[in-house]
Amino acid sequence: MADTPPTARALSALIEAQQHREGPLLPLLHSIHEAFGHIPEAAVPLIADALNIGRAEVHGVVSFYHDFRTKPAGRHVLKICRAEACQAVGGARLAERVLAQLGTTWHATTENGAVTVEPVYCLGLCANGPAAMIDGRPLAGVTAEELIAEVAQ
Amino acid sequence: MKVWLSCDAAARALGADEVADRLAEEAAARGIALEIKRVGARGMAWLEPLLEVERDGVRHAFGPMRAGDVAAFFDGRLEGHGPTEDIPFFARQTRLTFARVGRIVPLSLDEYEAHGGLAGLRAALAEPGRIVQQVIDSGLRGRGGAGFPTGIKWQTVAEAEADRKYIVCNADEGDSGTFADRMLMEGDPFSLIEGMAIAGVAVGATTGYIYLRSEYPDAIATLTRALDIAREAGLLGQGLLGSPHAFDIELRMGAGAYVCGEETALLNSLEGKRGVVRAKPPLPALKGFFGKPTVVNNVLSLATVPVIFEKGAEHYASLGIGRSRGTMPIQIAGNVARGGLFEAGFGLPLRTLVEDIAGGTRSGRPVKAVQVGGPLGAYFAPDQFDTPFGYEEFDAAGGLIGHAGIVVFDDSADMARMARFAFEFCAAESCGKCTPCRIGSVRGVETIDRLIAGEDVRGLIEDLCETLREGSLCALGGFTPYPVMSALERFPDDFAPAKEAAQ
Repeated sequence: MADTPPTARALSALIEAQQHREGPLLPLLHSIHEAFGHIPEAAVPLIADALNIGRAEVHGVVSFYHDFRTKPAGRHVLKICRAEACQAVGGARLAERVLAQLGTTWHATTENGAVTVEPVYCLGLCANGPAAMIDGRPLAGVTAEELIAEVAQ
Repeated sequence: MKVWLSCDAAARALGADEVADRLAEEAAARGIALEIKRVGARGMAWLEPLLEVERDGVRHAFGPMRAGDVAAFFDGRLEGHGPTEDIPFFARQTRLTFARVGRIVPLSLDEYEAHGGLAGLRAALAEPGRIVQQVIDSGLRGRGGAGFPTGIKWQTVAEAEADRKYIVCNADEGDSGTFADRMLMEGDPFSLIEGMAIAGVAVGATTGYIYLRSEYPDAIATLTRALDIAREAGLLGQGLLGSPHAFDIELRMGAGAYVCGEETALLNSLEGKRGVVRAKPPLPALKGFFGKPTVVNNVLSLATVPVIFEKGAEHYASLGIGRSRGTMPIQIAGNVARGGLFEAGFGLPLRTLVEDIAGGTRSGRPVKAVQVGGPLGAYFAPDQFDTPFGYEEFDAAGGLIGHAGIVVFDDSADMARMARFAFEFCAAESCGKCTPCRIGSVRGVETIDRLIAGEDVRGLIEDLCETLREGSLCALGGFTPYPVMSALERFPDDFAPAKEAAQ
């Protein structure tokens, strides 16, 4: 994640780079999210102007998808699979323990800003569960202790 | 010395990269010239990370490999599993769609061609006018879950009049217990590209999109590179393999919405809108991406097309049972001793898959239930395990095969909790367009809670499920009753407090 602040200039450059596509909004939001770790509020009117759509429409799309955050996350993002195949091998218990030990809840960030925990419904690692993902890196056959140790780093 | 090590996301998630580093270090320390080929997964998930070494021209398997096993491996002290393809889980398969996965280096176009790749596209380009009929003759049906005949869909798009047409690959594999699309895209990406090119030639489309879920970073990386390589090699772009046909593909990333696996929601998402389901008709085949005729097919459907042309439609159709022709890459997951990808002709009884091939549960406890077809699929009880794996056969048994994921649960599973989860999932992922799904799922969670607490509200749940089934626009709301009602009907003891209260 870049340390540069989301200036109008930086945002406009990202918007322009995707604008040639057919239906550019999702690739555009992904590129902003990747650059800043969230979709800054300042981006919404700029996108609306560039694509000639309403701000409400941009907001509607941003808020529809689980991937797009509107506030920065913690230093680590931990996604724990809640889907059935992981539940079959203790995934629900694992998630409860991780949340309890970190003292947080789903979609929230720990008080020290270290980690944001989010649910994910399937990482496609269903024969090697329980599965999780830390900062985009998939992990399989994990325990609560291993996940906590990973995000403590 | 030449070794093959899996680079599949599951293997990497279990430490395959650390194993690769240790292998290189240890070989260097011992003065051994080592070539490590990173390949897709063989599909034997319980052996991952899987390492193979060649002996007398045959690849032998070792696994699960840990970094700590590397020294023992070089010393010859590590016990292996013998020739990889003789392991019963592998030997019992009929691999067509997955023929190359695990055998070839995913991004090597040379290895792809050496193992039959591009033969299908060449055959198709030789007689473009016959492509659609051959796909119809193969009996291939949509592998994403709906099971609609692929050739008929292509015919509709081919016959539609329009200035532009599109091929859209649905790679939004969100069903729990499924990972075949991921394995294929990571292990043999050119087969998908080849299949999409054949589809493009068949219907007269020059642009394709792959809508790939963001939860699959490895598949995204592999496919991105595969598209570049294909373009450089003339497999995409103007003049496909020297023919007059043009076709190119753009990769698009989803954003974590399960409902975008539904084809009309996917099209809206691709257009840059909320992933809200559209009413059908009009069919996407006539009015799809930006209102143009569009083929929307699952990864497996498209990736199976090349082998149909390579081996002939008749060969493909000769496998399977009833109206389920060909092979299905079945994904065995959850609490199993031996999970992974098992491709076989349709027709194997569920019992064979669960007890024999998967070897029962990982925990060693009795199997209680098997959910087939993802979060919208029914829970099967052991007395239904004789159901043969096929579209109509599972429908008749009150379920569906979906994308062919099977998730096994042992006797510690609480089916009331699973029924509750089905509603909870529907509530979390509903696109919000239709009321039964948006509101009904929330009421469903509350009503199951009342049932668990001892209130006799079974009738309410049955009513609610009927409303969802009959009144929802798409399979998310329409099929959520499958897991709910199957859990309620086949595992009534788990809802016992309600029973006691009623007495």
